[in-house]
Amino acid sequence: MPSMLRDGSRRDVLAAGGLAALAALLAPRMALADEKAVEAEIKKLYGEKKLESGRIKLDVPQIAENGLVVPINVEIESTMTADDYVKAVHVFADGNPQPGIVSYRFTPECGKAAAATRMRLAQTQNIVCVAEMSDGKLYSTKSEVKVTIGGCGG
Amino acid sequence: MISRRQFLQATAAASVIASASGLGPLGRAAAQQRLSQADISRFDALGRLTILHITDVHAQLMPVYFREPSVNLGVGEANGKPPHLTDKEFRAHFNVAAGSADAYALTSDDFVSLAKNYGRMGGMDRIATLVKAVRAERGDDNVLLLDGGDTWQGSWTSLKTNGQDMVDVQTALKIDAMSSHWEFTLGHERVKEIAEKAPFAFLAQNVRSLEWQEPVFEARKIFERGGAKVSVIGQALPRTAVANPRWMFPDWEFGIREDDIQKQVDESRAAGADVVVLLSHNGFDVDRKLASRVKGIDVILTAHTHDAMPGVLKVGETILIASGSHGKFLSRLDLDIRDKRVAGYRYKLMPVFSDAIAADADMKTLVEKIRAPFAADLSRELARTDSLLYRRGNFNGTFDDLICDAMRSERDAEISLSPGFRWGGTLVPGDAITFEALANATAMTYPNCYRTEMTGEQLHAVLEDVADNIFHPDPYFQGGGDMVRVGGMGYSMDVSKPVNQRISGMTELKTGKPIEAARKYVVAGWASVNQNTEGPPIWDVVEKYLARVKTVRLEPNTSVIVTGA
Amino acid sequence: MAANPTPRVRVPAKATKGEMIEVKTLISHEMESGQRKDSAGKTIPRKIINKFTAAFNGKTVFEADWFAAISANPYQAFFFKAQESGEFTFTWKDDDGSEYTAKAKLAVA
Repeated sequence: MPSMLRDGSRRDVLAAGGLAALAALLAPRMALADEKAVEAEIKKLYGEKKLESGRIKLDVPQIAENGLVVPINVEIESTMTADDYVKAVHVFADGNPQPGIVSYRFTPECGKAAAATRMRLAQTQNIVCVAEMSDGKLYSTKSEVKVTIGGCGG
Repeated sequence: MISRRQFLQATAAASVIASASGLGPLGRAAAQQRLSQADISRFDALGRLTILHITDVHAQLMPVYFREPSVNLGVGEANGKPPHLTDKEFRAHFNVAAGSADAYALTSDDFVSLAKNYGRMGGMDRIATLVKAVRAERGDDNVLLLDGGDTWQGSWTSLKTNGQDMVDVQTALKIDAMSSHWEFTLGHERVKEIAEKAPFAFLAQNVRSLEWQEPVFEARKIFERGGAKVSVIGQALPRTAVANPRWMFPDWEFGIREDDIQKQVDESRAAGADVVVLLSHNGFDVDRKLASRVKGIDVILTAHTHDAMPGVLKVGETILIASGSHGKFLSRLDLDIRDKRVAGYRYKLMPVFSDAIAADADMKTLVEKIRAPFAADLSRELARTDSLLYRRGNFNGTFDDLICDAMRSERDAEISLSPGFRWGGTLVPGDAITFEALANATAMTYPNCYRTEMTGEQLHAVLEDVADNIFHPDPYFQGGGDMVRVGGMGYSMDVSKPVNQRISGMTELKTGKPIEAARKYVVAGWASVNQNTEGPPIWDVVEKYLARVKTVRLEPNTSVIVTGA
Repeated sequence: MAANPTPRVRVPAKATKGEMIEVKTLISHEMESGQRKDSAGKTIPRKIINKFTAAFNGKTVFEADWFAAISANPYQAFFFKAQESGEFTFTWKDDDGSEYTAKAKLAVA
């Protein structure tokens, strides 16, 4: 169990200066999702439908400041009118114990297809985002988030 | 790139000296005769607006020696480009004569003899003199004085006064605004308290409260100077919560937030700004990339990476300035503003030669008052050094070798780790190692020297993680600082490789045996970002060691083999 | 962890017609991922909030399915185009079947 997925309670901190985050860096020994698991999730939702690029702005930090709380903002370009809007957005990670992060369902009432939440990341990995438009078109993008031990800055 | 013409202005004063100086020792008096305050501050004024910039002072109230790096590799697009030039290449690029005052201030070779010629640099009383001279020349209403941050940390007095010494100095200097990084290691409550009370603006567009994702500090401020509206946007070190203990400011989040900078720029223009300045603590390479992506910034005042360049670098229409560290330099940038845009600029990196510049009496008094309660500690002599002790360099610094030796010896460890900090003064052979000099290299709020066990695999993971933080080809993934210093162990690094493939050949120096992945090693280190780290403060560890060795003599460090640069 | 998850929401009280407002919500909850083991080595069972719903005047306008990777004390922000006065109802659904709700009024002028 990588410590990064635990809540940051006191007991997780090695008091003698142990590098707590090291456990996370050495975590890949345990069973984690991979690119294929993310692809499988997308296939479950949309079969073999084509994923286009563009329209999605996926805003995640290049380097996670805290693997337990990594902000993720998505925004999809759309007029958000009754006949042209973003129906759903799915976010996956390819290096966590399970690939799912969050799925959103938007409506034209939102006015803007944008949402923000916070996620836990076990290690450096890709965040994959798929958007489904009201006309059935699919878009996707991905972005890497680095999870680091930290320290040693000058 | 820097044109020759800009560069000549940049070093107009110093080149007078450079042309006459030969190699090797000039004799101190001769050097001093050549260096005058008038030479240093001489400037062919342009337009009405002057921006002055100091940064990364690291709480150095007094003049210090500070040797620039001999190894400062750039990766990716920064490879071989300024500021990633050292010594001969630096001098060739910037047209600096070997042995000149500029060479002493900006490069590392021949440092010991040049230090004897040209003396210490910096000192807040000297900086005050230069600032006052510029204000007198240009008029108070036409000068903006900006501080890039890393101001409140790095000395015994700043540690003992929770940064109040430097806040008092900034107040006396009448700085207009500041940016930040090490400031945060005073803890969130203290930073908030100072930011709210200070007569200058504490600007940080990229700090958010974790809970509601809302701005914590003022992002920008518009100043009316030189008949222009100057919008100054502040940017704290984006990696503060990774590089320093997050538990000291648990509710704050940083990051580059490029889109938000663009928003700040656009809002500044909409509010009538004639000039937009980013008072940045991103580090030079991050700012170079940012300048190519965010539109409409006229000037980026860079910081964090401690680079000093005697000329500007232009990315598109954006001017980048690098003003060095430790009070060694004061940057002056004159801007000619016409029709709400920068029609012309002139720049000079003013070297603060402490022997050439008169001390400002008021600031001298203030500095003396700040230091008086700590006088006994500051002047306490711990040992002497026969070796040059310095910090900067991507892989090693001799001051760090000393700290690593002290940790292994005093904490009975096989391997020691010392962070790749870029702050801390230099001592030349023959100098006394005072407690002040030691504090200048160690004073911080999480100084505990831990002793723990780590496997070879864990040590490898640490080195890889830090290496990626410095040598990731995309500067947005870098964190600044230099490679963690390692005592008792050697290794090879191919800087061109990706993460987890750079480090090889880890060897225990004492036995010459390879480090075993599964074996546990006793490791001592300091400045852990983890809360509740146990152990004595690092300065106590080093002081004890110095009391035993009495004289520091270091062998050349050949324990890191670098390829791929 | 608090036994009773407490929601908090930030919604502007007033907006002009057609204005885009940002709705921010938080709820205290440990979001036990089902991945952790206790000191005896036994897996701690999953207990997360798996769904967040926002309705305005009774009509669902935004939904989020949260998975085990969502951070403790989950935060959710989204946008809403103000057209008429009314009331938001926010609902959080827990793995254990519990539901937590919060309401916020919006006056549109």
